[in-house]
Amino acid sequence: MSAANSAHSVVEPSGYAKLIASCLVALYAVISLVPLVWIGLTSVKSSTDSISYPPKVIPYVDFQPSIEGYCNLFSTRSRQTTEYIQSLPAPQGACESIARSRGMVVVGPSNYVPRYINSLIIAFGSTFLSIALGTAAAYAFSRFKVPLKDDLLFFILSTRMMPPIAVAIPIYLMYRELGLSDTRLGMILLYTSVNVSLAVWLLKGFIDEIPREYEEAAMIDGYTRLQAFRKVVLPQAVTGIVATAIFCLIFAWNEYAFAVLLTSGAAQTAPPFIPIIIGEGGQDWPAVAAGTVLFLVPILVFTVLLRQHLLRGITFGAVRK
Amino acid sequence: MTSHTDPAGLVSLPEGHQRASLPRVQTGLSDRAIAWLFIGPTMALLLAINLFPLLWTIFLSFTNYRANRPNAPLWNVGFDHYVAILTDPDIWLRMQATAHFVFWTIALQTVIGFGLAYLVDRKFRGHGFWTTLILVPMMLSPAVVGNFWTFLYQPQIGLFNYVVGFFGGIAPGSFQMLGDVTLSPWAIIIVDTWMWTPYVMLICLAGLRSIPDYIYEAAEVDRASNIRQFVSITLPMCMPFIMLAILFRGIENFKMFDMVNLLTAGGPGSTTELASITLKRAAFEAWRTGYSSAFAIILFVAVFGLANIYVKTLNKVKAR
Repeated sequence: MSAANSAHSVVEPSGYAKLIASCLVALYAVISLVPLVWIGLTSVKSSTDSISYPPKVIPYVDFQPSIEGYCNLFSTRSRQTTEYIQSLPAPQGACESIARSRGMVVVGPSNYVPRYINSLIIAFGSTFLSIALGTAAAYAFSRFKVPLKDDLLFFILSTRMMPPIAVAIPIYLMYRELGLSDTRLGMILLYTSVNVSLAVWLLKGFIDEIPREYEEAAMIDGYTRLQAFRKVVLPQAVTGIVATAIFCLIFAWNEYAFAVLLTSGAAQTAPPFIPIIIGEGGQDWPAVAAGTVLFLVPILVFTVLLRQHLLRGITFGAVRK
Repeated sequence: MTSHTDPAGLVSLPEGHQRASLPRVQTGLSDRAIAWLFIGPTMALLLAINLFPLLWTIFLSFTNYRANRPNAPLWNVGFDHYVAILTDPDIWLRMQATAHFVFWTIALQTVIGFGLAYLVDRKFRGHGFWTTLILVPMMLSPAVVGNFWTFLYQPQIGLFNYVVGFFGGIAPGSFQMLGDVTLSPWAIIIVDTWMWTPYVMLICLAGLRSIPDYIYEAAEVDRASNIRQFVSITLPMCMPFIMLAILFRGIENFKMFDMVNLLTAGGPGSTTELASITLKRAAFEAWRTGYSSAFAIILFVAVFGLANIYVKTLNKVKAR
């Protein structure tokens, strides 16, 4: 998406214009990243540093970094009397020491890890299913004469247009009848139904770009249609499939509305869980920030990987680059 | 809308396969069977998890059903819910709040997003790097990041209040972005704009790059001024892309739930109660399932109308 063709000197902006443009863009980027940097900084502050006024900005200068946020994220603690704490054997590990210095003892792990694992299972499960279903459907829509093709494609897209809360009401009732409430399977099926529309639309675009002659040639060579699909089309579509898969993964990973309404315990994912990490007297911001950091890191990696296909993904394939 | 185009005359064989020799053997499933086999599962899933629930919602919208009293006698209330919703002044206030949110987020995002795209299109050194950095907020979970914004918006200790207080010369504790009835609608607009301006920028950038250089060269030859070039070439040629971005953001923000639910949950009072939040309150807090189903159908019809316009615009962009 870069590749400036500088051959046309007439249209090339002047050096002065470029300098101003680069400064403004860099300024915007830096300002827009401040909240994210603040999440990272808050996650390594002690709870008192995190709510200090004026805000403490530079680690090791303004404040001593602390792993308290991460400790609190992964553990549950209970307040104890000083006498009881003094009667305990010496603390094991940094987290236990920090808790003791706050007059508390670690009583067990928190729910963050199970919620994170739920997020992983549901995101990957629904992505796998969406890609499997979406690739097949996209191939059929791309290559065959399907009756009412445009109407079916519009129906598939329109399912994505519904407000999630509107869909959540009947889904809630249906899942309650079927015993799918608060199950991973239920969430995987639900996210698949949302993602499959994106998968079909994006993958159809990618498969449209693979010349039909490839398969036709393979079929003249004696391949059946299915063999040609598997051995000729699929390998050609790998880039598109991977890009689509990452988009599905990001959606399922970030989704909140369905998760907060349809899961409460066993299948709860991380997004509804992170906001309810509370300490004594309100939200434990370093712990919330720590949970947010660990939750966002995979997405940052994916964003960089996806750079080339981002535009196509966010416009349902309407704009290709 | 598709009309597949084959690159003409490009018949190349996959590696290791020579044409001819073998006659074509018709084995395996017919194309027709494969088409249905491939499309069937997707359609089945969508029918089960999208269409069937939608039909069920339509049915429930004519009843007095309450999900927390599944065994109560069910009766037909006809169009009562629809009439009640469409004549309820409170609902219209909620729709106004939604319209305010949608209008201002789109206005700000379009102006800033297009501006950024125009600057990035100056193709200065390192524009790829900065673009990637700018794109980061929109990839993150609106719920998780929105939740953290409640911390930035804390009076006194919040970074946002500190910075505004520092540059504005007012005490950071003197205003509450989330607790004030005049400021809270802007608090959610600010977060949404922060998050989604990159989205508009990316689409606008594609629009700017789709304009061929020779048009500008011709304009230079005709000695058209920079402003003239911008008004007569850049803006009109970019317009389908801007429209696409506006429609996408419009649909998304009309259904907005996650970020606002975490930032304000509709408060203070009902000042930031967007349509989806009203729906959630009616459906999952008041348990007025029949009533909220009717509201859901009304919202769905509205979004569906937008979706239709969207697809037409999308096809126009594609046709270019």
